[in-house]
Amino acid sequence: MYSRAYKTIVSLPPLLWVGVFLLLPYALMFAHSFWAVRDGTVVHQWNLNNYHTLFSKPVYLEVLLRTMRIAASVTLCSLLLGYPLAYYLSFHSGARKELLYQLVIVPLWVSYLVRGYAWKTILGSEGVLNGFLQYLHLTHEPVSFLLYSPFAVVLMLTHIYTPFVFLPIYAALEHIPRPLVEASQDLGAGSAQTFLRVIFPLSIPGLVAGATFAFVLSLGDFLAPLLVGGASSTMISNVVQSLFGAALDWPLGAAISVCIVIVIISLLFLTERLEKRWSFK
Amino acid sequence: MSFAIANPQSLDTATPAVLLEVRDVAKRFGAREVLKSISLNIAPGEFLTLLGESGSGKTTLLRLIAGFEQPTAGEIWMSGERLDALPPYKRRVNTVFQNYALFPHLSVRDNVAYGLRVKSTPASEIGGRVDHALRMVKMEEFADSRPSKLSGGQQQRVALARALVNRPQLLLLDEPLSALDANLRKQMQGELKTLQRELGITFLFVTHDQDEAMALSDRIALLRGGALEQVASGREIYAHPTTAYTAQFIGQTNLLRAEVRDGVAVCGALQWPAEGESGAAVFSLRPEAIQLASAGISIPGTVHFRAAMQQQFYSGASELLEVTCAGGQLLRVRVPAQGPLFGEHDFVFAAADAIRVQE
Amino acid sequence: MSPSTPTRRSRLLTIYAALVFAFIYLPIVILILYSFNRDGVGGFPPRHFTFEWYRQLFADGPIWDSVLNSLIVAAGSVVLSLTLGLLAALALDRANFPGKALFRRLVLLPLILPGIITGLSLLMFAVVSGVQLSLFTVFLGHGTALISVATTELFAGLQKMDRAQEEASLDLGATPWQTFWRVTLPNLKLSLIAAGLLIFTLSMDEIAVTFFLIGRDNTLPLEIWGRLRRGITPEINAVSTLIFAVSVGLIVIWYRVRTRGLGADAQELLERP
Repeated sequence: MYSRAYKTIVSLPPLLWVGVFLLLPYALMFAHSFWAVRDGTVVHQWNLNNYHTLFSKPVYLEVLLRTMRIAASVTLCSLLLGYPLAYYLSFHSGARKELLYQLVIVPLWVSYLVRGYAWKTILGSEGVLNGFLQYLHLTHEPVSFLLYSPFAVVLMLTHIYTPFVFLPIYAALEHIPRPLVEASQDLGAGSAQTFLRVIFPLSIPGLVAGATFAFVLSLGDFLAPLLVGGASSTMISNVVQSLFGAALDWPLGAAISVCIVIVIISLLFLTERLEKRWSFK
Repeated sequence: MSFAIANPQSLDTATPAVLLEVRDVAKRFGAREVLKSISLNIAPGEFLTLLGESGSGKTTLLRLIAGFEQPTAGEIWMSGERLDALPPYKRRVNTVFQNYALFPHLSVRDNVAYGLRVKSTPASEIGGRVDHALRMVKMEEFADSRPSKLSGGQQQRVALARALVNRPQLLLLDEPLSALDANLRKQMQGELKTLQRELGITFLFVTHDQDEAMALSDRIALLRGGALEQVASGREIYAHPTTAYTAQFIGQTNLLRAEVRDGVAVCGALQWPAEGESGAAVFSLRPEAIQLASAGISIPGTVHFRAAMQQQFYSGASELLEVTCAGGQLLRVRVPAQGPLFGEHDFVFAAADAIRVQE
Repeated sequence: MSPSTPTRRSRLLTIYAALVFAFIYLPIVILILYSFNRDGVGGFPPRHFTFEWYRQLFADGPIWDSVLNSLIVAAGSVVLSLTLGLLAALALDRANFPGKALFRRLVLLPLILPGIITGLSLLMFAVVSGVQLSLFTVFLGHGTALISVATTELFAGLQKMDRAQEEASLDLGATPWQTFWRVTLPNLKLSLIAAGLLIFTLSMDEIAVTFFLIGRDNTLPLEIWGRLRRGITPEINAVSTLIFAVSVGLIVIWYRVRTRGLGADAQELLERP
């Protein structure tokens, strides 16, 4: 139905644009990871030294592991907060459902930076929480371990990603046909059994999607450690950032980036299969 | 908070002739009154159909009995036990849902075993009962399939097995055949009826399809706007509808608005002997009660009239005629297939076939 | 649902849900509260109400410059990514070309990969091709990265559209060009508005990519970021409160559009972050 000219006109511009402004830059990143740096300039000499450095120096692996630990904690915490919230909204909130749903959505539109900053003002040693604790005479000295710790990073990212995790879970729960729940009760299952045997298994694709969101987004984050984390919670992207900045070793930074991309893409591949395995259409 | 002992009617409901008693049950959703004080008894082993248009409240009544909704007023009793106070999972009632509601993540076997598992039936017993139930609905070879791989009719059978394996006292069926195509529907109707007779389980069946209701049921409860219009066997309802609505809803009919005076009903050019009060009255006259007649021959108790052909609808063994008689009254007449008819003809019906109904 | 007498378990669930809501909203509420606190950020309780920080904010030249920069970049990104996203969606929906599968994945990459990867790739590309970093590079970065959002939304819109409408238009004698303007585009109106709002918001808030592409002139998030590095001041609370208010305003506008325009399926667009 569409002519050749029509097809060419619609496909050519985005193809060219994406080719030049996405494919080329990503390819450049990939190429850099096989180049070397000498006297502060990049030399186009193909080699595997950057990858060798990555796997031989324990510091990189350490940071990568810490990053994964933080990302996993964020994922777990967001699930622990987001799943019951989604379940409550979908099955027990009655007439307030629509309103409550909007209330979860609103923070999604509120700036990442604003929310991160809020935590900084709350957790700091001169911050609101310390003021509150002293006001209640629970402490007399400011508690300083709150800010600039992996804890603060996990807290901030959990706060940011809980609504992200909530959404796919809520959507999955809402898509469970209500007659299935009635059928379960009809066959003699109480609410706990119905949850475990029907609702939870059918919500797994949403759960996996939400967990993937939280994990992947936290994995690549470099702002939270800078904002509330401090040196003890340096994440892998902070290493990349410093290699591109002060350390001026682009090839090594590019190699780490490539590793991050590989980790993320294999993870997505895995979770996509998991979601498929648990979806029944 | 039940006063079961102080229940005055429990004496006569305790007789085995009643399995389920619905007593003055009403249900409103907000301001909408969906059921208005329904009372209905179901006998053990009976096949009772709730028939009505959409919005008549038939599905709501079913859901009240299953326990998915709570009545606003009234009580539901089953085998001497107050049912409406129990949550659905404690009732010895099972449901076949409209779109089957099979669990998509479980195999056919696990679907059927579900009710037994959640009630912690010994595993040794589950296997045998599930196999038996699947054999009963001829689905044993699909035991390991997922529901999504099955056709509509097969899903229907699994849904039946899943409910029956629990040996319910009462099986509720919510328009179970509505998703099937016409041929499969006929076939499933037959199987349902056979199954019900063999198992002796009481069926409460909901449908909006009057043919289905007539074909399957021992009795039909016709609902209209949240109230019971008539409860009787299909034959009884067809032969003696009590209201104009029933007469029109079950089968086709001619509604004759007549004036009764001195034992004679007059409707335009038609006249026939009629009992009962004088004044305006409505009569139901089935199309097949009217026949083509030869002119001039008159038998006592019959009404003769002449009418002009308007339309003729052929349907194989019979055809439906639309005719107008002298007063302009339009009548539908069902006659054995005749071949094309034109002009005026003589017709006849027995006066006893004109049934006086309430407006 | 079943007899809905509140059991103990469901009461616990309600309390838990309320706590999660508190967790989500408490930081935002505190932020807003302290923007009116004379004694600055920190300490408890906030004691003296003041508009001082807002007064300072309105007198703050660099902040408003950065707001203007952000608006320009966001507006430009909306135009760029909507145009290319619309074409890309049409191409994915209707044309077959070699590498289509690769193209589909490539377009979506900026949505999947961390911002730092996309940002650094574009930085290297700019440096290698000798382009000076400026607001223009930021605009190119946002515009390109957000084609992913536009394509997803508009492709979904096209899939829902009834192809027969276009066939009817052609049948009635309209040229393909007329059909595009009179049938296709009006059908996509709601998807276009949704995508536009989303792209605008995401661009206004973007840091990760901007971080690496920024020249001398800051966008609002980068300006705030720079100040945060120097320490916290209630002025940032004030500007954050305003950002929050504008976000909520945009949501309200979006709902107006949605309720006037279309029913349930637009909900889905909003659900996607």
